[in-house]
Amino acid sequence: MGDILSTYGPDILRAFWWTIKLSFFGGLGALVLGTIAAVMRVSPVAVMRFIGTSYVNIFRNTPLTLLMVMSVLGITYILGVSLSQDITQNAIRWAIVVIAVYHGAFVCEAIRSGVNTVPAGQAEAARSVGLTFGQTMREVILPQAFRGSIAPLGSVLIALIKNTTVAAVIVSAEAASLMQKIIENEGGSFAIFAIFALGFVILTLPLGVGFTSLSRRLAVKR
Amino acid sequence: MKIRQIGALAAASVLALSLAACGDSAKDGGSGGGGGGGSFKIGIKFDQPGLGLKEGNDYTGFDVDVAKYVAKELGHDEGDIQWVQAPSAQRETLLKTGQVNMILATYSITDKRKADVSFAGPYFIAGQDLLVRADDSSITGPDSLTGKKLCSVTGSTSAQKVKDKYPGVQLQEFGTYSECVAALVAKGVDALTTDNTILAGYAAQDQYKGKLKVVGKPFSEERYGVGIKKGDVELCKKIDDALTKMVDSGEWQKAVDANLGPAGFQVDKALNPPKPDPCS
Repeated sequence: MGDILSTYGPDILRAFWWTIKLSFFGGLGALVLGTIAAVMRVSPVAVMRFIGTSYVNIFRNTPLTLLMVMSVLGITYILGVSLSQDITQNAIRWAIVVIAVYHGAFVCEAIRSGVNTVPAGQAEAARSVGLTFGQTMREVILPQAFRGSIAPLGSVLIALIKNTTVAAVIVSAEAASLMQKIIENEGGSFAIFAIFALGFVILTLPLGVGFTSLSRRLAVKR
Repeated sequence: MKIRQIGALAAASVLALSLAACGDSAKDGGSGGGGGGGSFKIGIKFDQPGLGLKEGNDYTGFDVDVAKYVAKELGHDEGDIQWVQAPSAQRETLLKTGQVNMILATYSITDKRKADVSFAGPYFIAGQDLLVRADDSSITGPDSLTGKKLCSVTGSTSAQKVKDKYPGVQLQEFGTYSECVAALVAKGVDALTTDNTILAGYAAQDQYKGKLKVVGKPFSEERYGVGIKKGDVELCKKIDDALTKMVDSGEWQKAVDANLGPAGFQVDKALNPPKPDPCS
């Protein structure tokens, strides 16, 4: 274990830093997309609801590997749409987009479950005092919905961090691809597995604890 | 309280079951290793055309043909062979835990790997090469790659070598070579790099026939060996004898021609067929 750490120590840190970056930007994108989709799914306009529902049903549980490969192989190399002239940058950006789009569907459902914790009477009251749908969402429903959906959002984020490893099929910057490289050079061993497993535990365990305590403190008491 | 107890019981029984399963597989590996009875387990690649490919219940490729010959010399006829998938990352583990008796899966002999497993052979000397579109004459070797888009598999030795030696190359890394080949045919990337045997296997596939060519300027030496359990000198010697016999009888050349020939792949005659290393 020691020799692997001494040979690959800086590489491992760099790889996990990439994992964090992928998670951060992917998570941010997923939050934005998921919120928009959730608002669409609870909106009074049938077409919007249809679009929101379709998005969730298409992307939730479509194999992530398939989406990853489709993005770079299908969209960049076959259809010719690049996000950057540089091959590596292009793949990383696509990875972020795919992570965001895929987890956006889960974020949408988490927030929608949060919306359901807000009593219907509040929305009706907001509308009856003259707030528009947008104002009702912004001022009354969403603030409470977010506080109600912190626990499921935390689960989605933890899943997202672990799912960044799937990006290894198109980029070679993050942790899982470095693990493949080390196994190729050093042969498979328990030590390598343990190092990377520990890395992900360090990333995800505090998040899980943090989100649990946050969800307790911020939950709307009714 | 009751629910919790039932839960604990369920968890315990699942644990017990999985332990039992482990015990069984270990026992199977043991008896297979003895040579008599049971089946002879050989690890190969399942997804590498021309070397080791599984199509339905048929296994084809150069590695498979060599494995069959060696197995026959060791006294195991074809019906006795059990093919096991040996992905690159799991090869050492498969051998160490006795889940396979030997591995022929484009397994390059390296000093690092020798610390974990032993090798018989080599039975083929391959080299890292480039696969390009048949109508592309701009790439003639690794030195004409600057500014080109190259594709390889994430973390592979070939990918690392290109990154270290030719920093002017843009490298796309995919999970498998099939994706690289698809990108190459679609003109998304300009070349695919890995061992010339693997490249020849892809170029020889029906759907790519005539569209791709191997450049033929190998810039590394990969010595494919038969991976066996560490320290099994007796088995190593037997396999070496079988390999020598295969080369002498012309079966080796036949296997090369049948599996790698269709793409116009030329075996490096200076290096092939190789003499087996001494066993240790």
